Amino acid sequence: MEIVHPNSIDEALAGLGDGAIPLAGGTDLMVEVNFGHIRPERVIGLRRLAELKEWDGQRIGAGVTWRRIETHGPKALAEAARTVGSPQIRNAGTIGGNLGTASPAGDGHPFLAAVGASIELASTASQRTLTWQEFFTGVKETARRPDELIMAVHLPAGLPERQCFGKIGIRNAMVIATVCAVVTRADDGKTTVALGSVAPTPIRATGAENMISSIGHPSAGDLVEFQRLVSEEVRPITDHRSTEEYRRHGAGVLARRLLERCLS
Amino acid sequence: MIVELTVNGVPVTARVTNPGSLLDLLRDELGLPGSKNACEQGECGSCSVILDGELVCSCLVMAADAAGSSVTTVEGVSPDDGLHPVQEAMHHAGAVQCGFCTPGIVVAAVDLFARNAHPSSNEIKDALAGNICRCTGYGAIIRALEGVGATDEH
Repeated sequence: MEIVHPNSIDEALAGLGDGAIPLAGGTDLMVEVNFGHIRPERVIGLRRLAELKEWDGQRIGAGVTWRRIETHGPKALAEAARTVGSPQIRNAGTIGGNLGTASPAGDGHPFLAAVGASIELASTASQRTLTWQEFFTGVKETARRPDELIMAVHLPAGLPERQCFGKIGIRNAMVIATVCAVVTRADDGKTTVALGSVAPTPIRATGAENMISSIGHPSAGDLVEFQRLVSEEVRPITDHRSTEEYRRHGAGVLARRLLERCLS
Repeated sequence: MIVELTVNGVPVTARVTNPGSLLDLLRDELGLPGSKNACEQGECGSCSVILDGELVCSCLVMAADAAGSSVTTVEGVSPDDGLHPVQEAMHHAGAVQCGFCTPGIVVAAVDLFARNAHPSSNEIKDALAGNICRCTGYGAIIRALEGVGATDEH
């Protein structure tokens, strides 16, 4: 195995391709290595590449760790960061790595979907920015080409102040989400609802969004209908972590509670 | 592959079996068995070390990627002539059952007190969220660490 420690983005990009694997915090890749699922031939070590750690307003560099997001991120993204693994994992794991792995249970993804974030990719030949919908293509699959590096996440300006993250899991710390979600509500009532762990990629519950966005002061009955629509829109499966039925119910309850928090 | 790094303040050169972990390097090549090997997936915290100033699971650090880094293991937290206050407090409180998780908890607690000299009980629990004690001896561990802050206040 060969490892390259690039001193610049250009050097990092030049090293990609030919089966080279980008290594950031290692919290996903090394599990695969330790269990013999992956045996990398070429690794691009990005942990100390300063340019990837830059955080400039709405542009969060791919190498920014969950620890930094926990203390400096927008409210709901910081709440999500706080539930990523443990202190050890948050010190190492990065937002770029979370996107590269693209687990359906990625804790950072519902926020990106809720606010309509985009993902910046670069190769030696090109640079492009994809919407989150274009970026996530399936379970642990993304539109990133092997010669591309995830450079940064771009958040839109003027995020709603009312934004909440929530996660259902079997314990409080060190847990992979059974369902996770972010709800945002702007002053004009416009509401977004994004969920993770309930479909191959993060999804928006647009029917529920449309229904509740037009109501200035939702009644108890409106909240029940909102919950029902969210449960109807998600597409969960049964696996070792939970059942399709529990996830569907949990998604609706979680989204309704997060909306109630936004409204209170 | 040969890597050079600093372990517990001492520059070392070691042979790495790629793509092995920093944990394997510490235990098998450098003869430092304090960091324990258990889950190999970052869930148990028994391999916790401080890498370039950050608490991490050494099982999730690729050894080849630690080249040029500075690592502190449980063997490096105490002064030559005694114990770190965290070790002292855990020793006095009997905050050890089987002892397997103890090195990881010591390193995580040393990292906590380096950042926060007087952590609350909840801050201690948060800091140890990534360290699992299969004996479930958390009560004594947390009481011991609460005592570290108290002693410091005298």
